[in-house]
Amino acid sequence: MAAISSGGDNSIFQSKLVRYYGMFTLGFLALTVIILLLEVSVGLPQQLIAGIYMVLTFGLYAVIGVATRTKALDEYYVAGRSVPAVFNGMATGADWMSAASFISMAGTLWGIGYDGMAYIMGWTGGYVLLALLFAPYIRKFGQYTIPDFVGARFGSNSARVVAAVMAIIVSFTYVTAQVVGVGLVMQRVLGLDYGVGVILGLGGVLFCSFLGGMKAVTWTQVAQYVILIVAYLVPPIFMSIQLMGNPIPQIAYGQALSEINRLENEQNIAKKYIVPFNEPLSNAGAIAAINQANGFFGTKLGTPAPVAIPSATAPELGDWRNTPWDFLALTFCLMAGTAGLPHILIRFYTVPSIKESRRSVFWSLFFIFLLYVTAPSYAALSRLTILKNVVGLGLVKDKAANGREVTSVVGSDGKPLAWVTKMSSIGLMSINDANTDGKLQFSELTINNDLIVLSTPEIAGLPYTISALVAAGGLAAALSTADGLLVVIASSIAHDIYFKTVNPKAKPTTRMNLGKGMIVVAASLTALLALPQLALVAQMVAWAFSLAASTLFPIVLLGIFWKRANFQGAMAGMVGGLIATLWYLVNNYLNPANNIMGLSHLSSGIFGMIANFTLMIIVSLLTAPPPIAIQEMVDQLRNPVGEMSEGGEMIHQH
Amino acid sequence: MSKSKAEEYWRRNIRLIVILLVIWFLISYGAALIAPVLNNIVILGFPIGFWMASQGSLIGFVLLIYVYAKQMNKMDDEFHVSDTDVKLTKAEEKVKIRKN
Repeated sequence: MAAISSGGDNSIFQSKLVRYYGMFTLGFLALTVIILLLEVSVGLPQQLIAGIYMVLTFGLYAVIGVATRTKALDEYYVAGRSVPAVFNGMATGADWMSAASFISMAGTLWGIGYDGMAYIMGWTGGYVLLALLFAPYIRKFGQYTIPDFVGARFGSNSARVVAAVMAIIVSFTYVTAQVVGVGLVMQRVLGLDYGVGVILGLGGVLFCSFLGGMKAVTWTQVAQYVILIVAYLVPPIFMSIQLMGNPIPQIAYGQALSEINRLENEQNIAKKYIVPFNEPLSNAGAIAAINQANGFFGTKLGTPAPVAIPSATAPELGDWRNTPWDFLALTFCLMAGTAGLPHILIRFYTVPSIKESRRSVFWSLFFIFLLYVTAPSYAALSRLTILKNVVGLGLVKDKAANGREVTSVVGSDGKPLAWVTKMSSIGLMSINDANTDGKLQFSELTINNDLIVLSTPEIAGLPYTISALVAAGGLAAALSTADGLLVVIASSIAHDIYFKTVNPKAKPTTRMNLGKGMIVVAASLTALLALPQLALVAQMVAWAFSLAASTLFPIVLLGIFWKRANFQGAMAGMVGGLIATLWYLVNNYLNPANNIMGLSHLSSGIFGMIANFTLMIIVSLLTAPPPIAIQEMVDQLRNPVGEMSEGGEMIHQH
Repeated sequence: MSKSKAEEYWRRNIRLIVILLVIWFLISYGAALIAPVLNNIVILGFPIGFWMASQGSLIGFVLLIYVYAKQMNKMDDEFHVSDTDVKLTKAEEKVKIRKN
């Protein structure tokens, strides 16, 4: 691993990396095949299989973390700026693809069909904005953090601190959701206690980011990418062969869509999978979240009256189905949020050059694309399995292993389906025979979104090894994202707030130790927030995109492309954007009757963006242009050659 | 780079960005707007409106970024802005960081 730290000759460095990670990929595939064969032939016990995967993957992350530990500041914050484009692409992919992408996304598509594609397009299309509008300039700027850029461009420490606080809020909600994801995987697939899972997972994250900062995180993420992509691709390939007789799920699922359409017509399912703009507005999520929080904290917060739009009793609230506005707004919020998320933006500080930064965004999206293009086929094949093989089966009461009696369905062998009984007994699905005909209708089935990816191997009757593989993949996705986020939180506090604002004379060792301390503090707070498993946390992740889109995205964009943008404009924009987003978000979340053009709270960032851009332009034009030094800095930023003057020197105290 | 050359470079950069963003808009938002119509066309089982949102636009995004990186890196060579220049900057940067 010594080669990783030295700049050295680029091509030798690259070919070494290719060899290391190539061997690792082949080894990982071979291991899976061997365990699979052992399970099928000699019946390797499930606990042992799960144990092997856990020990090997966590062991690997620990080895990489120790081998790349560092005391140099630029390695700790930006991996020494020596990560080649392809590998930065893989690391960005793992950094980006979180528990939400891996565990929940396909399940969401499973449930809402076309409307879920806002996530597929939003979380990939944002990379076009990142590539064209941000990455090369961020690399040219060449500092450590995004608040660094904001502080230097607008010549103000207060702008820097506001940006740092935004980065911390966004990253913190996001990291909490990752840790919840880790706990869920450990609990559901590996049978550990949720709390133990959370602590173990955080230990793994800490080990890596604490010792080696961005450098260790980057090289661990490359390995985690390999694990998560293998784990995500294997189950749909099996399902595709089983159901469609075609090993390429991304192509075979076209036929699956036609079948779904036919079965939905046959079974009189009103809400069609492929028909766009079908989602009603509702505050059921808010009511559930408040009730849950009341139960956990013993508070007595009032819940709003249930509202659903369209409503049979209140037709004056309108019907926004069949209008594209919410879908388009949500897609745009997710795209702009993607481009404005601090843990993704800082990845473009870690490449050696501007050219590499451009290539690196391409590779990032390419590696992300492999998972995202598979997710819709995952969802469609799962939906087809349920419509074709489960709906219409007879219902029966069954006693689960944990003693609970649940409604299950009778399989072809006349016995209750084991997975239905098990999932129902732990509350992940439920069957309610509404028309009491003793048979399962699609509308009588409620399934937790997270179940689709994690339990598909079991539903499809695949060996347990595949389940363990998927669990390892889900953990890799959640851990890699959490790693990147902890580095952002630590650097926002230690670098942006402490070193750049409070104590500019701080020694490098003090800054490093403060950064490490912050990682531990952030991780502990995360654990406390993750343990209650609040529904609100998942909601907050969706909101994080609206927050990033309405605060950081506009000011970084105008900072690069509009020389006239000044400090006053940026502050007015950030604060105004935040207020507009929160205002719409809270109002609509509690009562969806408060809406503009049928937009849900998930798309509230669109109003924040409008407010931010408008305020920033008007206030900038009404106040003095930025100083000459800053205008020259923008010129340097746009010119890929030559050196930046020190951003930090130009700061005027506001 | 001289001032006029820098302006020329920036103008061409902006033109490329605008062209690519128009395509970006059409394949994502444009296709979504007419998705109910596109869904009437079915190829290989895929209703095209659904396919554009789930796969077509994604393929487009990857290609857009590829074209941008390729064109801009070529333009950098044309304007004699090669990677070596930037590497020098990087070496200087490292020296600076140590001084800090």
